[in-house]
Amino acid sequence: MLKFTVKRLVSAVALMVFVATGTFFMAHKAIPDPVANLFGKVSFTAEQYEAKKAQLGLDQPILTQFWNWFRHLLTGDFGTTWVGAPTPIIKDLAVRLPVTLSIVILGLAVMAVLGAILGVLAGIRPGSWGDRMISASSVVFFAVPGFLVSIALLWVLAVKLGWFPVSGYIKPERDLLGWLRSITLPAVSLALGGVVMIAVQLRNAIVTANSSDYVRTLRARGLPPRAVALHLLRSAAPAAITIIALMFVSLLSGAVILESMFNMPGIGSATKDASQTGNIPMILALTVVSVLFVVIVNFLLDLVLGWINPKARIK
Amino acid sequence: MSETVALATAEVLPAVQPAEARPQNRSVAFRFLTQPGGWIPLLLVLAILVLAFGAPLWGLQDPMHIDPRVADQAPSADHWLGTDSTGRDLWSRLVWGGQDAFRGAAIVLVVALILGVPTGLIAGYHGGLADGLLGWVSDVLMSLPSIIILLIVAGLTHQNADVLMAAMGVFMAPGYFRLTRSSTIAVRAEPYIDAARVAGISHTRIVFVHIWRVIAAPIVIQTAMTIGVALGMQAGLQILGVGDSQAPSWGGMMSSAMGSLRTNAWLIVPPAAMLGLVIAAFAIMGARLGEITGNRSEKAKHLTRAEKAELAGAAAARAAEATQPNQDLMVAVKGLKVTYATAKARVEVVHGVDLAVRKGEVLGLVGESGSGKSQSIFALLGLLAGNGYAEAEAIWVDGQNVLTLPAAKRRALLGRTIGYVPQEPISNLDPMYTIGHQLVEPMRKVLGMGKAEARAYALELLARVGIEDPARVMGLHPHEVSGGMAQRVLIAGAVAGHPKVIVADEPTTALDVTVQAEVLELLRELQREQGMALVIVTHNFGVVADIADTVTVMKDGLVVESGAVGSIFAHAADPYTRELIEASSKTPSRAALDEGGVGAGAPAKGGV
Repeated sequence: MLKFTVKRLVSAVALMVFVATGTFFMAHKAIPDPVANLFGKVSFTAEQYEAKKAQLGLDQPILTQFWNWFRHLLTGDFGTTWVGAPTPIIKDLAVRLPVTLSIVILGLAVMAVLGAILGVLAGIRPGSWGDRMISASSVVFFAVPGFLVSIALLWVLAVKLGWFPVSGYIKPERDLLGWLRSITLPAVSLALGGVVMIAVQLRNAIVTANSSDYVRTLRARGLPPRAVALHLLRSAAPAAITIIALMFVSLLSGAVILESMFNMPGIGSATKDASQTGNIPMILALTVVSVLFVVIVNFLLDLVLGWINPKARIK
Repeated sequence: MSETVALATAEVLPAVQPAEARPQNRSVAFRFLTQPGGWIPLLLVLAILVLAFGAPLWGLQDPMHIDPRVADQAPSADHWLGTDSTGRDLWSRLVWGGQDAFRGAAIVLVVALILGVPTGLIAGYHGGLADGLLGWVSDVLMSLPSIIILLIVAGLTHQNADVLMAAMGVFMAPGYFRLTRSSTIAVRAEPYIDAARVAGISHTRIVFVHIWRVIAAPIVIQTAMTIGVALGMQAGLQILGVGDSQAPSWGGMMSSAMGSLRTNAWLIVPPAAMLGLVIAAFAIMGARLGEITGNRSEKAKHLTRAEKAELAGAAAARAAEATQPNQDLMVAVKGLKVTYATAKARVEVVHGVDLAVRKGEVLGLVGESGSGKSQSIFALLGLLAGNGYAEAEAIWVDGQNVLTLPAAKRRALLGRTIGYVPQEPISNLDPMYTIGHQLVEPMRKVLGMGKAEARAYALELLARVGIEDPARVMGLHPHEVSGGMAQRVLIAGAVAGHPKVIVADEPTTALDVTVQAEVLELLRELQREQGMALVIVTHNFGVVADIADTVTVMKDGLVVESGAVGSIFAHAADPYTRELIEASSKTPSRAALDEGGVGAGAPAKGGV
């Protein structure tokens, strides 16, 4: 298990370094003259241009710039923003990340819990009406994007019934219940597609395990149904966890759209602004941080998988 | 919502069997078009396509024309769907917006196909370094939050929609890559590809002629899914404000409608409904195609609870009348029928079998694969698969007619009155748990032992079945032991509850020849030691000769002949029995192996 953990850790770190390096050079390639880009339509003199260039460190060779940026990145320092007052980027992130992550994490929790319940119910009674309902609806639920679901929910629950706010984000430290109400609709919309996907995966895995040789043998030993069910669940869990890991990336993408629909100040609007104004350090920070979250979640889920299924550790 | 959905849907949908998809290319199209789940969504999508790209022909109002005098109007004869807050005609914008949507989806598709399919072919066909590298790139792409990258691309290219959609195509490519790669690997393993290579057909031709034919269907399905996902992401980006807000687009319409949700909520309905409709249409088409090419007609049908209750009730009523003929019998089965339900039909595989084994005796149940031996055994144990059911006049176990027992009482016989030794040792141990856990758990839950007591008993049993260093083996997982050792573990588990009869389903078939003899000897020893009855299923008359007192021969779900071993060997009445005896006399018998020096009950060779 230790070897397995170390291996996963190394590959996660390698991926992070790769993504950080790649984004840095691609961003600089896409904006060949960031200084002119920053001035935009405002006219500027040659001195102003050179001064700005020196101030941002852009007069140094690109490799030096990269090393300076990367060195600071390792200590958690994303640099200062190029647009507006030169404030540390980490401050801006500290405000925006909780917004996006609130939606993602609540969505993930709703998705995992509901998906697991439905999947287990369908899996232990294959052929029942609930099972058939889940299979029949799964096709459309997979495909229809969360923001369309959210529009329907918004219409009914927010506009017509007024149970939830139509838009806006409330900080949890200000009003915990208000915070929960403000993120419920986006999180639930985000989760629905995944609920069915997890349910179907789990259901199929349980049905497969239920017809497996070793489960029959466990029954032949006289093991009571409840104890057999535990074995079924443990066999089926990796399938569901793999889907959750896959879904996390798309949840992040979905959250960015939904936070914008609900007028929440998350990382989506920051990404849009930063790329329109050519605010390279901000672009880099947003990419690195969002990939970092994906990598962390995948790493943790990998560990869980390895813990559940000893065979996965050898691979 | 993004690339992962396309990927995961492909995994959730029924796996397309290459061999089945191949000969049906023509009929797939036919079957697709003749069912409502096929032609309705197809017609709908085609109609919307014609509507969108024929937009100039319909005499629509200018979708960009701003007229504050008619702002926020409800649907009317002039404006079928009403107008938005700047007085633009919604119906016109909806129709023209279709052009933007489908154009974007087309770009995504082309890029994803060009990047995903050839690389998948290369990775799947050649494997090795190319496979590793491409697989890694695909994994990296899948772990990037695409929307963040796409927002950056949009900003850096000053909202160039075509470049943006091409970039989205890059993120969709892994879906095609993984699909093509796995299909190619599956096809490569098929014998006809080898045959083609032997026949001297070049590699490229093998790839294009054979593999292409097989992966075409899954690719079409993946494409239906990808279009849906691309349309969703495109609209999502437009809701985020990417793109020209003046030009008509579905996402753009939604974006501006979101702003006036409180004042005029209707505005969001037409674009949202249209987008939902198109995405659902593609999803349904993809799923239909998946079902058709996946050939799900043979899928096992799960019996509903009502059906099971009905069958069980009928069986119990009949069984209640039966009386056991002979008190000496440990197990007696009368008129056993086993039926499997598939989606199309019910297939009877055992057609009325009688079995009997006396207390402390050994019955050999002989017959070729498919003769219904194993199914009869599972029916006796009450452990048929979910879509199978058994009927019989009676099944007596230790004097009780189990068909009249409530389910819980019948279950209580397992492990304590009847023990079971399976055929494939490795697949009969739960891969997730240690061997120790799998022995100890039933001891605690079935035999009611304490933790320490169960552990000591497990160690003792493992030693008895000939496992060296039982303490170490207890901590191993099934994938860490040999087949012979796993079978010893399973035998230890089967005898743990001191059952009065052991049912062994071809217990040596999956083992090495040398280990076969040892395991058979172990079973015989334990049987004599504990005075158990034993039903041993085998296709080998040699095994019967060595171990059995009586023998029952099965063929095609029926009993052909049964009687004492000596008399059957001496003068078998049935030609099929004689054939089986003949066949097994050509393979080395148990006695011959013994003489070869394989000691009875010797410790496992080779160990782990």
